Amino acid sequence: MQKILFQIARTGIISERPPAADESLRQVSGRLNDEVLKLLGRALAIRHVDAGSCNGCELEIHALNNPYYNLEGLGIKFVASPRHADMLLVTGPVSRNMETALKRTYDATPEPKLVVAIGDCGCDGGIFGENYASRGRVANVIPVDVAVPGCPPEPAAIIQAILTAVSAARP
Amino acid sequence: MTPVLPAIQLLPLAGAVPAWRAEVDAPRWRAGCEAAAGAGGRLAALWASDERDRGQGFCVRALLVLYEGLVCLELHLADATQTYPDLSDLFACATRMQRAAHDLVGVIPQGNSDRRKWLRHGAWPEGVFPLHRDFALASSFAPGDDHYPFVRVEGEGVHEIPVGPVHAGTIEPGHFRFSIVGEKVLRLEERLGYKHKGIEKRFESMTLEDGARLAGRVSGDSTVAYAWAYAMALEGMAGVRPSARALHLRALLLERERVANHLGDLGYLGNDCALTFGFTQFWRMKEDVLRSNARAFGHRYLMDRVVPGGVACDVDSASAQAMIAEALRLKDELRTLRSIYYNHAGLQDRCITTGRLLPLTAARLGIVGLAARASGHAIDARVHPGFAPYDELQPRIASHRNGDVAARIVVRFEEAFESLRLQRLILEHLPQGALRTPVGEAAEGAFGIGWIEGWRGEVLVALEAGRGGRVRRCHPHDPSWQNWPALEHAVIGNIVPDFPLINKSFNLSYAGADL
Repeated sequence: MQKILFQIARTGIISERPPAADESLRQVSGRLNDEVLKLLGRALAIRHVDAGSCNGCELEIHALNNPYYNLEGLGIKFVASPRHADMLLVTGPVSRNMETALKRTYDATPEPKLVVAIGDCGCDGGIFGENYASRGRVANVIPVDVAVPGCPPEPAAIIQAILTAVSAARP
Repeated sequence: MTPVLPAIQLLPLAGAVPAWRAEVDAPRWRAGCEAAAGAGGRLAALWASDERDRGQGFCVRALLVLYEGLVCLELHLADATQTYPDLSDLFACATRMQRAAHDLVGVIPQGNSDRRKWLRHGAWPEGVFPLHRDFALASSFAPGDDHYPFVRVEGEGVHEIPVGPVHAGTIEPGHFRFSIVGEKVLRLEERLGYKHKGIEKRFESMTLEDGARLAGRVSGDSTVAYAWAYAMALEGMAGVRPSARALHLRALLLERERVANHLGDLGYLGNDCALTFGFTQFWRMKEDVLRSNARAFGHRYLMDRVVPGGVACDVDSASAQAMIAEALRLKDELRTLRSIYYNHAGLQDRCITTGRLLPLTAARLGIVGLAARASGHAIDARVHPGFAPYDELQPRIASHRNGDVAARIVVRFEEAFESLRLQRLILEHLPQGALRTPVGEAAEGAFGIGWIEGWRGEVLVALEAGRGGRVRRCHPHDPSWQNWPALEHAVIGNIVPDFPLINKSFNLSYAGADL
């Protein structure tokens, strides 16, 4: 126990300030009113769905919970069920084998649900594109509010996308 | 030294690893595999291709690992039979590869093995085969029947827990069907293939040069291993050898990928035992490694830094000094954390004897990589004779006999220490040379193999050139093909709440095996 406490003290607090929202990532605006967004922005529950990624984007989503980005410190946490979620964070080109599961997850998420598509593949199908086994971008299967490119997008860019989705669109 | 297989004429394959190929008929396909299995050889990969445009019907290939090196047996299926002798009785890991080969090409193993569909699900109809040459990549079908007959366990008090494909954490999709009594797991059956996105077909629309980018995205957490294996296959067929500097830089990138992944997994293993301190500390260290990757090489996960002919990055002396200092600091921190992990009663209680894969089971299943090393099998492609640049670096294999979660934690710690040592060694003695050697055009029909020990296990790429510098066929093979069935065995008799911990101790790739 002594060693653990010493290591914690030696590490100190290393969390960094989150980035500001970025309007250019928004796909649709004015879908939710400011009051709803204010409520969500203070305690957001996210359900991650990997719909067919190479698992690169997952590495960066994991990193959101490391002490540098400390996503939970912003009141944002990952939950185990879509029924508990306000937002879906979707990666991948959507494989056809995952299409039904993704739609069902979307249907199980209570309104008003927000969807953030992660990575080049989530935005436009990426290097895999659309083919006999891939539906391509996430928006081909479910409605997307915010999309963030990158292969994979860095954690700060993912946080920015999440914060953009829960901030009110400037007119 | 050329391996000896009965009545089979082996032809050497040019490249960085000792490898041979041989065309065989059905009896010699069986006899060759029997001889290999009897001599302690393993099945590394099995895949099929459509060679009808050359008048050679369909072709099934088995890649074997023998003491001397790799042997690729090629069996052309005459006329319309499309059947070949089953290998699953010799190599248990062949079963899922044979099922995938049927879903994609339509070839049928003759024997008693499992014939259920594997990758197909409902995305394309039965009787349609995406890797046929006349099948268009852009084909589209209405979602079909996804019925899949799981094996049912009968008995008083037995019930099933279905999990997935969407899991409770940030994990890749797959389905696990547990048959349990009380809390105890009687049987786990995996159903994968949810991430199948047509990678092998996609390769066929690319040039040999561009294929490297796709290879680096088969399983993102092993991007360096895949990119290197692909480059090795291409360089072998084009007769190009990268400079010593390029090879040492590749090894540096591969070891950095290994350390980053081991750190992340060690953090999650603590987290799964409710020691969140472990998660916080290891993920801080992992983030430090990723950030220094971004500074030194321009990408946190080192994607597209290994390219055919060499590398697309370099290390100057300032950056080398910074990485040496980082390796020394990480070593000290890892020592502190290892002492905390090894002396933490709660962690020990959860990990020791949990998810045990005994050495005999591991051998019968033909598993590879760190999971094999934690179950008493000291196999590691890096120590294969003549494997540049590791022949100069002399890596030490980490291994353990217990085969439980604790053993896989020990192996991860030991490998991380060794990997940090190798990084320092490389950075202190980085040879001179060109970063990239031009890779000329590979002749149509040229064939090459790449074999790299990634952090999870051996990654293989078999590549065949087509006309005009294009890919005719590329089969990337993830170590997870071998190790997923081992997870089914490791959980038997454990309690359901220990499954996430056992699963994480293997940390297998879904994307890599779903293709």
